[in-house]
Amino acid sequence: MSGSANQPSPTPSAAANVSTGDSLFSGLSLKNLKLKTKQQEVLIRVSILGLVYILAFITRLFSVLRYESMIHEFDPYFNYRTTLYLTEKGFYEFWNWFDSESWYPLGRIIGGTLYPGLMVTASLIYWTLRFLRFAVHIREVCVLTAPFFASNTTIVAYFFGKEIWDSGAGLVAAALIAICPGYISRSVAGSYDNEGVAIFALVLTFYLFVKAVNTGSLSWSLASAFGYFYMVSAWGGYVFIINLIPLYVLVLLITGRFSMRSYIAYNCMYVLGSLLAMQIQFVGFQHVQSGEHMAAMGVFFLMQVVYFLGWVKHLLSDTKLFQFFLRFTVTCSIGVGALALGAGMASGYISPWTGRFYSLLDPTYAKDFIPIIASVSEHQPTAWSSFMFDFHILLILFPAGLYFCFKKLSDTTIFIVMYGLTSMYFASVMVRLILVATPAMCLISAIAVSATIKNLTSLIRTKSRSLLSGSGKTSGSSKGSSKNSLDQSPPFGKNVAIALLVGAFYLLSRYALHCTWVTSEAYSSPSIVLAARGANGGRVIFDDYREAYFWLRQNTPPDAKVMSWWDYGYQITAMGNRTVIVDNNTWNNTHIATVGRAMASDEGEAYEIMRSLDVDYVLVVFGGVTGYSSDDINKFLWMVRIGGGVYPVIKESDYLVNGEYRIDQGAAPKMLNSLMYKLCYYRFGELTTEYSKPPGYDRARGVEIGNKNVQLEHLEEAFTTSNWIVRIYKVKPPSNRPKVIKRPRIM
Amino acid sequence: MAKSTTAASSTAKDAQALFHSLRSSYVATTTNLKIIDLYVLFAIFTALIQICYMAIVGSFPFNSFLSGVLSCVGTAVLAVCLRIQVNKENKEFKDLAPERAFADFVLCNLVLHLVIMNFLG
Repeated sequence: MSGSANQPSPTPSAAANVSTGDSLFSGLSLKNLKLKTKQQEVLIRVSILGLVYILAFITRLFSVLRYESMIHEFDPYFNYRTTLYLTEKGFYEFWNWFDSESWYPLGRIIGGTLYPGLMVTASLIYWTLRFLRFAVHIREVCVLTAPFFASNTTIVAYFFGKEIWDSGAGLVAAALIAICPGYISRSVAGSYDNEGVAIFALVLTFYLFVKAVNTGSLSWSLASAFGYFYMVSAWGGYVFIINLIPLYVLVLLITGRFSMRSYIAYNCMYVLGSLLAMQIQFVGFQHVQSGEHMAAMGVFFLMQVVYFLGWVKHLLSDTKLFQFFLRFTVTCSIGVGALALGAGMASGYISPWTGRFYSLLDPTYAKDFIPIIASVSEHQPTAWSSFMFDFHILLILFPAGLYFCFKKLSDTTIFIVMYGLTSMYFASVMVRLILVATPAMCLISAIAVSATIKNLTSLIRTKSRSLLSGSGKTSGSSKGSSKNSLDQSPPFGKNVAIALLVGAFYLLSRYALHCTWVTSEAYSSPSIVLAARGANGGRVIFDDYREAYFWLRQNTPPDAKVMSWWDYGYQITAMGNRTVIVDNNTWNNTHIATVGRAMASDEGEAYEIMRSLDVDYVLVVFGGVTGYSSDDINKFLWMVRIGGGVYPVIKESDYLVNGEYRIDQGAAPKMLNSLMYKLCYYRFGELTTEYSKPPGYDRARGVEIGNKNVQLEHLEEAFTTSNWIVRIYKVKPPSNRPKVIKRPRIM
Repeated sequence: MAKSTTAASSTAKDAQALFHSLRSSYVATTTNLKIIDLYVLFAIFTALIQICYMAIVGSFPFNSFLSGVLSCVGTAVLAVCLRIQVNKENKEFKDLAPERAFADFVLCNLVLHLVIMNFLG
């Protein structure tokens, strides 16, 4: 980063030296020289961009180096599985795919319930590489898709920055976004998720739209509609675009900056964009039916009215007549609009806002009404520390950048300010939306950095020029000359400027170090393979998940149904190739609640539920042996809450003792008898996990368990991985004769 | 009562004056723009007919209805954009050649109707 900002400086200074030497030459040679400087500048700019492009790619390869080329986490496994299907069966099969391996016995219509952008992109890359005779595996393509698109994002960020401010700001923005942890967290190699592609599409759409507003050209607007289409096909976050852009146009309208250019840009983009978006099955008619998209439509009609009024005003010379007309039109349009909206709402034609949308506007909504959204850790409100962790100095530069934007207010800076402020709000509501705020943060901070450095260097240059009689010195050479001029010039302006410049470069270098550290330490673990430090300092790898899924694939009948908490659904279908009851696509709350109820009930009741769902195997994740804290016992209260949300027989208070969640001797009896407890701690009482602790000591929670003698009646242990992280149980068939109670024979 | 009739008559007079002055100033518009205006009016009229038809018959193949209406609305909006760009009085688009504007318009229409054809189904 600091290198890239330093590099341009030698060029002008070298050119200036030459120009002073050859000042006798005619204007023609000077012109040639200037051209040469310009060429050099272009060369440097292109090479910096190239380096940033490569940097953005290779900084995301930590995970591959540390672990191996593998898909990470939960959702990416589903994406991987669907991509595999797409490359094997072709697009039509994929589009019409009914998946019977998930949500047993309901199944899931995959083609109609997913955003296909990511899979299609990866398949296209795969087919292209195949066509060029590169014998790659589809997994490698999937692993490297996110870094590749992150690299592309840096290029778009450069052009965006150039459009908003100047090419310097563009370069800084590209460099900042290349290594920003907020973005890296979702785009490391192996994180094959929608967001990896979607952020590229988001920034591209915004850039093209801003370009369209600046030029007033239909083709740029068309391009932004296509960008929007790509975004819609890739991620549900497109709702942000379809609300931000109308809001922006509305602000332009209110502040009196409304122009014909913005009219053209918005209308063409809206009509074509929403029409294109309707081609995605999952989105369908939402653009004309759902409440989240109505703002865009309202602004669309508003713009027609405003344009029409402007046109009539242009035609009429009489102001009194125009006022009459204005009153008439405004009354009519408000009346018609309100009537249409009211009728739509009342007849149920326009669907009300969804819970997810509400939970964004009101952070406490999900906690009260939708436990399944609140249970996901990435949907929690953001802590200050994670802001600092993900943005580092951008957090300080952001307000400075806003200041510069307000100072030089134009249509484009208004856009970036609005993007920055709204996305900051959403980022503070939900952790995962930090991702959306990252490009705005980087762009605005880039403006701050670029403008500050430009001001400082120009300060130094003018001072030295006036002192050294016109020879243009730059920041590169001014350090030497500053000592000479120190005794001559009383004002501290220049020294302060140099100090500030050094400080800025120090901060930026700290940022680069921080980003690299965060990437290597925090964001590169695949979370499917766990790593820990052993007692002797060496690295211990827990590969239990894959061990268990491989066992499932090899040792169970192909049509076996596996019940687990929904977190592991995608992984079981993708790696274990077995049918699951629920998975990470949480579309059916009742089904999930049924599984939650089964886990929370005692064994007999759970057996009834499992029989009704045809369950053959039950899979639980248990971290008591290794000290792995995100296991099923720690998630258990969410199962109870979600189960209790549908089945009132399950009450959260039954599992708590005085409001405290315990698993030791003092645990609630319901807790000790629940299926989850039994499956996790079966035979655990025999095991000594830690030296000088009693057997049955749970290392994840640091207590001795309450029930060491767990007996199972309807299930039997089928497989436990080497570190006990995954335990699989087989559901026994019902016994074919009633249980005979042995009595002593009476003679 | 009498008051309201005078108010109504004054409104009617205002409206009459409005139409009169509108028409007189519209006559001065160039023929090119008038053709575009006619085209826009036709598109809006078609859209209105479709909406009326939908209100009477029902919107069952919703995608067909939507593509019909959006085709008209899109055409109208794009034509208005073209009108803005080729209008000599708009100083913002002085640099834009009318040929270029028309090429953009054709391109957008092409995309619009290709998507519509896909969506009609």
